[in-house]
Amino acid sequence: MKKDLVIIGGGPAGLAAGIAAKQAGIDDLLILERDGRLGGILNQCIHNGFGLHTFHEELTGPEYAGRYIEKAKELGIAYRLNTMVIDLGMDADGRTKLVTAMNREEGLFTIEAGAVILAMGCRERSRGALNIPGYRPAGIYSAGTAQCYVNMEGRMPGKEVVILGSGDIGLIMARRMTLEGAKVKLVAELMPYSGGLKRNIVQCLDDFGIPLKLSHTVVDIKGKKRVEAVTVAQVDEHLKPIPGTEEEIVCDTLLLSCGLIPENELSGALGVAMNPVTNGPLVNESLETDHAGVFACGNVLHVHDLVDYVSGEATEAGERAAAFLRGELSQTDKETLVKAGAGVRYTVPSRIAVDRMKATQVVRFRVGNVYRDAAVEVWFGDKRVNSRKKKVLAPGEMEQIILKKADLEAAGDLSEITISINEQA
Amino acid sequence: MEKREFVCIGCPLGCAISVDLDGEQIRAITGNTCPRGADYVTKEIRDPRRIVTSLVRVAQGELPVVSVKTAGDIPKGKIRECIRVLKKIEVQAPVQMGDVVAADICGTGVDVIATRSVEKE
Ligand SMILES: Cc1cc2nc3c(=O)[nH]c(=O)nc-3n(C[C@H](O)[C@H](O)[C@H](O)COP(=O)(O)OP(=O)(O)OC[C@H]3O[C@@H](n4cnc5c(N)ncnc54)[C@H](O)[C@@H]3O)c2cc1C
Ligand code: SF4
Repeated sequence: MKKDLVIIGGGPAGLAAGIAAKQAGIDDLLILERDGRLGGILNQCIHNGFGLHTFHEELTGPEYAGRYIEKAKELGIAYRLNTMVIDLGMDADGRTKLVTAMNREEGLFTIEAGAVILAMGCRERSRGALNIPGYRPAGIYSAGTAQCYVNMEGRMPGKEVVILGSGDIGLIMARRMTLEGAKVKLVAELMPYSGGLKRNIVQCLDDFGIPLKLSHTVVDIKGKKRVEAVTVAQVDEHLKPIPGTEEEIVCDTLLLSCGLIPENELSGALGVAMNPVTNGPLVNESLETDHAGVFACGNVLHVHDLVDYVSGEATEAGERAAAFLRGELSQTDKETLVKAGAGVRYTVPSRIAVDRMKATQVVRFRVGNVYRDAAVEVWFGDKRVNSRKKKVLAPGEMEQIILKKADLEAAGDLSEITISINEQA
Repeated sequence: MEKREFVCIGCPLGCAISVDLDGEQIRAITGNTCPRGADYVTKEIRDPRRIVTSLVRVAQGELPVVSVKTAGDIPKGKIRECIRVLKKIEVQAPVQMGDVVAADICGTGVDVIATRSVEKE
């Protein structure tokens, strides 16, 4: 099979990318989705709060996804469900991408694609990555798995719950399980700040009187067959448990909400250069990886907290892939590096080719700590060109700055741009 | 005089706002950085409202449950009652997104609608 464009993943990123590519004139495209339905993670996010930026109304996850699914169907975009992409490679010609997938009807098959958009989303960090000692009794779930049980299958994982990690999924699940009749006894967060949105802390915890303990972690899990209790302790500034602060909490369920990591096995198979901070591919201004014609967007690129940004980014990827297929995305070696300076963890993109840049370019980034009254600075080489005061910057909220093409052109041969945080500003 | 503490959700700043209350009377609001914070706590005190999302059982559906929401916000104090009522409801597949699952929930004047479609099994 041959296709101009193959999109891997039918979540909000894959859908928006497909719609944009189709509207840019690419008809021969195919979305591959391993799940039985389009919409990705949004299908299990039944709470409201999606789409405030895009639609100016508060939609639930399935409703937000529904708008894109409808649009994709209206445009006649081809997709295959229950189809898992298992390998991604490059043909000997160095241009054709080989997408190997399987499903029950067709078995194993390979598609020769002119361009590929990676939109595989992310998955939750597993318990193994958390290093909790003790037995592994039943009753320990990742928050997202619990969300799937409750919201898709109508099953409750337990009655008395402790949640480790205050990421948004954990907070949302604290409310969900409380409403379903469970007792959520505590949300413990290792860091001195929550990784979740303020709004979720207020509406999911405070509204129901669920305590949140910052700088706390689970140090022990009791129970052989099923969780019977967990021991929670305070941690010091090095995140080490402080002896004597242990407290045992009786519960039958422990939910882990300890962050998400992009799902990049396929990018790895192709040998795409990765950013060790985001665990996602390194991309240029066109959201293109170091492999020409392979683009990335959404949570597979870097973890987003607002789906609106996912859709925006994916639209850009779809348009750029279309331009690539039309031969309009010139190859260039002249690139300016975009660097994460003091206080900034990463930037997307990480390099910009000025001649391929649009009039303006959004650079998204996250900070590594909570800052108050600090300035976001943009440096062209060793010259500071912009400084913008922010009342607050937090790791949980994605930030962005906008670069103007005219400014980069005026700066001439620019080798690097740095985004940094100045606390003394 | 009673003191109540709030965290404003108006923007990422998340100001900690204190309100001095004399019965129903708001005497003072402190800690907000902008007027939106004052509006927010005033509403939280006078008439806190929330959109409620939950699930309703489905008979003969491809999924055993369908996700639902209140079509508008309802008083915060009615959330649990609303959930209790929804737990007793069972709808018949197929369900279309936007279908009214329960009209005028708990006398709030607000309908509960399906937020996804569930086909027949
Ligand atoms: C619990 C939770 C709560 C959230 N709450 C909010 C909120 O309140 N407001 C908000 O705006 N945003 C929220 N978000 C964020 C938003 O939902 C995500 O950012 C968005 O869903 C990411 O879209 P995506 O398409 O990149 O990834 P996904 O939605 O994860 O989609 C990726 C898709 O790719 C498929 N896939 C993966 N690998 C393969 C493969 N090898 N072959 C084929 N298919 C594959 C997956 O099955 C999946 O369908 C929340 C996210 C979560 C997890
Ligand atoms: S009071 Fe104003 S500045 Fe403070 S959190 Fe609310 S909206 Fe933001």
